[in-house]
Amino acid sequence: MKRWTRDQMAARVARDIADGMVVNLGIGLPTLVANHIPADREVVLHSENGVLGMGPAPTPGAEDYDLINAGKQPVTLRAGGSYFHHADSFGMMRGGHLDVCVLGAFQVAANGDLANWHTGAPDAIPAVGGAMDLAIGAKKTFVMMEHLTKSGESKLVERCTYPLTGIGCVSRVYTDLAVIDLGPDGARVIDVVDGLKFAELQAITAITLIDRR
Amino acid sequence: MIDKISPSVEAALADVPDGATVMIGGFGTAGIPTQLIDGLIAQGATGLTVVNNNAGNGETGLAALLKAGRVRKIICSFPRQADSQVFDALYRSGQIELELVPQGNLAERIRAAGAGIGAFFTPTGYGTELAKGKETREIDGRPYVLEHPIHADFALIKAERADRWGNLSYRMTARNFGPVMATAARCTVVEVPEIVALGTLDPESVVTPGIFVQRVVQVGRSVTQAGGFAAGKTERGAA
Repeated sequence: MKRWTRDQMAARVARDIADGMVVNLGIGLPTLVANHIPADREVVLHSENGVLGMGPAPTPGAEDYDLINAGKQPVTLRAGGSYFHHADSFGMMRGGHLDVCVLGAFQVAANGDLANWHTGAPDAIPAVGGAMDLAIGAKKTFVMMEHLTKSGESKLVERCTYPLTGIGCVSRVYTDLAVIDLGPDGARVIDVVDGLKFAELQAITAITLIDRR
Repeated sequence: MIDKISPSVEAALADVPDGATVMIGGFGTAGIPTQLIDGLIAQGATGLTVVNNNAGNGETGLAALLKAGRVRKIICSFPRQADSQVFDALYRSGQIELELVPQGNLAERIRAAGAGIGAFFTPTGYGTELAKGKETREIDGRPYVLEHPIHADFALIKAERADRWGNLSYRMTARNFGPVMATAARCTVVEVPEIVALGTLDPESVVTPGIFVQRVVQVGRSVTQAGGFAAGKTERGAA
């Protein structure tokens, strides 16, 4: 089956991030979105550990481990950037000041429920970090994930079986096969990878889809 | 005369009692008060409750405190890391209690303690495992969870610059939990590489006013080291 690469997915998300937006990119796949925001668009990146205006990774040798992102990797600060403490940083999320956050996910339900912090496996050590605060805080929560699990199961589900991160919080899902809006009007497909028929997409997706292309 | 400068780490931590609740600043590599943690290990207090974003990395710092068997309970948001093997082993063998708190609730519960708030309603965590058994309320059509403050006996934090009144400024993302933890502890102890004369810090740039600080210790300046954070895979899907 033809699918979008990780970079193509990131570029597709970046298309929906407008000039002037304040955005938080989650660890992993969402981090790639930063590489695809056009240079003429001024987008302010927020990092949960107290940065607005986060820039790209420093050149090798110029790393400063007092300036890191949520994934604990060294970053830089753009002109106009600022630092603040953790309670302010999470107040920015919870207070609805971020325009968009982009998160990865294990599962997303038709009603927008998100599961992305814990598989619930009995031997797993739970760790939540800022996932729950991000999920419910931003004006819009986007999810970026593979459409199917490694064993071929739909990650879009009627009801999440993994422990929830937030309820009804996801507004749009970007997978390697399609872009799908979630909401009271159902799961509306607004984009599909070239060469994949809507019926084929529906056949491998565990929720009812509506074609809105 | 007000002089909050302690002559040594040893002196600054001498009265930490067994069973104390100790907040420790730091997020990832940045803002970890490494000298104070080493001092706490040497000091010997045990049965501690530690409040930190993580649960130690590698075999040094907080991980070493855990390994020495001094910590009864940890309150944190993200214990599992590529190199959190010390915590992992203690947790799996039931030798340490874990209170897992979403990171923003952790920061706000600490802030609430310092600001005299009795409890607060937050949307974070509603409908999830981490809100189980907690009081909830719908306010203006939105569901919230009641969360209580976290107070501490001691807060150990790292700043960049201090004066003898305990006014502090920080360095980049090493600020993280420092300012809120300083407000929430009965005794806040700060390690800094640089102590400046009173009146030298720009009053507009003081991040933590001295009212929140009890003790300041000067430590040697060392370059913050890379951690083992990026090396491994975590279970988390995102954020």
